Amino acid sequence: MSVFTSILARDLRLAIRQSADSLTVVAFFAIATVLFPFGVGPEANVLARIAGGVVWVTALLAALLSLDRLFTVDFEDGTLDQLVLSGEPLSFIVLGKVVAHWLTTGVPLIIMSPILAVTLHLPAEGYLPLMLALLLGTPTVSLVGAVGAALVLGTRRGGVLLSLLVLPLYIPVLIFGTAAVEAALTGVSATPMLSVLGGFAVLALTLCPWATAAALRQAVE
Amino acid sequence: MHRFANPTQFMRIANAIYPWVAGLAVILFVVGLPIALVTSPPDYQQGQTVRIMYIHVSSAWLMMMIYGIVAGGSAAFLIWRHPMANLVAKASAPMGAIFTGLALITGMLWGQPMWGTFWVWDARLTSTLILFFLYLGYIALNDAFEDSERGDRAAAILALVGSVNLPIIHFSVEWWNTLHQPSIMKLSGDGVKSSVDGAILLPLFLMMGAFTMYYLAVLVLRLRSELLAAKIRNARMSQVAVDAAVGQPAE
Repeated sequence: MSVFTSILARDLRLAIRQSADSLTVVAFFAIATVLFPFGVGPEANVLARIAGGVVWVTALLAALLSLDRLFTVDFEDGTLDQLVLSGEPLSFIVLGKVVAHWLTTGVPLIIMSPILAVTLHLPAEGYLPLMLALLLGTPTVSLVGAVGAALVLGTRRGGVLLSLLVLPLYIPVLIFGTAAVEAALTGVSATPMLSVLGGFAVLALTLCPWATAAALRQAVE
Repeated sequence: MHRFANPTQFMRIANAIYPWVAGLAVILFVVGLPIALVTSPPDYQQGQTVRIMYIHVSSAWLMMMIYGIVAGGSAAFLIWRHPMANLVAKASAPMGAIFTGLALITGMLWGQPMWGTFWVWDARLTSTLILFFLYLGYIALNDAFEDSERGDRAAAILALVGSVNLPIIHFSVEWWNTLHQPSIMKLSGDGVKSSVDGAILLPLFLMMGAFTMYYLAVLVLRLRSELLAAKIRNARMSQVAVDAAVGQPAE
């Protein structure tokens, strides 16, 4: 467990010292969302209809962009070899890194999401479900993304490849994330969708660190 | 099982079954295609377009079976480091992608006369499309590395992650679809099912058998060429080593 906290503390410290990285992800989230009114027109009712989905899709893309640096730096400077050789359980090390990634990208995205939803005229009853859905869904995004990020280490075209590997696996999260917002807007309880998102998060929490560890092991071998 | 980790042993059996599966594929196509495309009766609702089904369902069957083979081969490769299991998975994946593409294309061509549109976000179409992307991801990851062995292992892990996710994706999409789309699709989806009788079932089974035999035959050919390519690579490497030792430029 101590390895988990020390990795978490290290990655958080690194992220704070290079806070531009996290800010870039949030900035991408904002600019990508702002493109939509230009694409579909500024009518408030059209935007309100698509707001939940747009915020979710752009949040997924923003998270995807940030995955690139999850393991790459450690892989390039040899830290990753040391971590694998350290004899500590690799899945805990992975978990520490993923939690740090979620705190530095997932949480800023959640905080930013209502501001962007305002610009898209999301009706008032949609905000809480949107944020709750992101809160429950983004851990899965980070966990599943970590598997992909570990698999593409050392490839020539990592970033593009990563999106091909990971985006199909995000579809269930996207479906239930937007369904939670939609349910709230139509006056139905969003709780079932949020429960499913929570279930996905638990499932990802149990399986993904393990798969990521296997992927990292073969990457440094 | 470990006996077949030896390529020579494995290929001895593969080569032995090759004439049989290739011959069966030819026979089944020769018998099945005319029955399926000409002599079988048209459907009372769908008319002649029902003949697309014989290609469509056979492709869909293979796309699922091949994903099972890719995932199973990847598991055997990761657990026992079974080299031939990996080779089978790697050689099967492009064919799986092609049959998924065929299932999608024939489905679209069938959809136009039946549903009046090439594409609907029906649950089955959507999960097939996602399966297509999973295949593409597997293939792309497999040859993204300079070191082909790393590509093998990374792609094998991806195949397993994908196989855990497939049911989740499938049920999510199904649920999403029932939320968004009432029952237009169900009608023709079940229309096929309920009108299945012997006259349609026989050519369907013939075509599915033909497709499966065709897959097995091409799989053996692909395995052969993979092993030959590996041999050529090794021969080249040792040639370079010999040239370097003798002091001649490797030309």
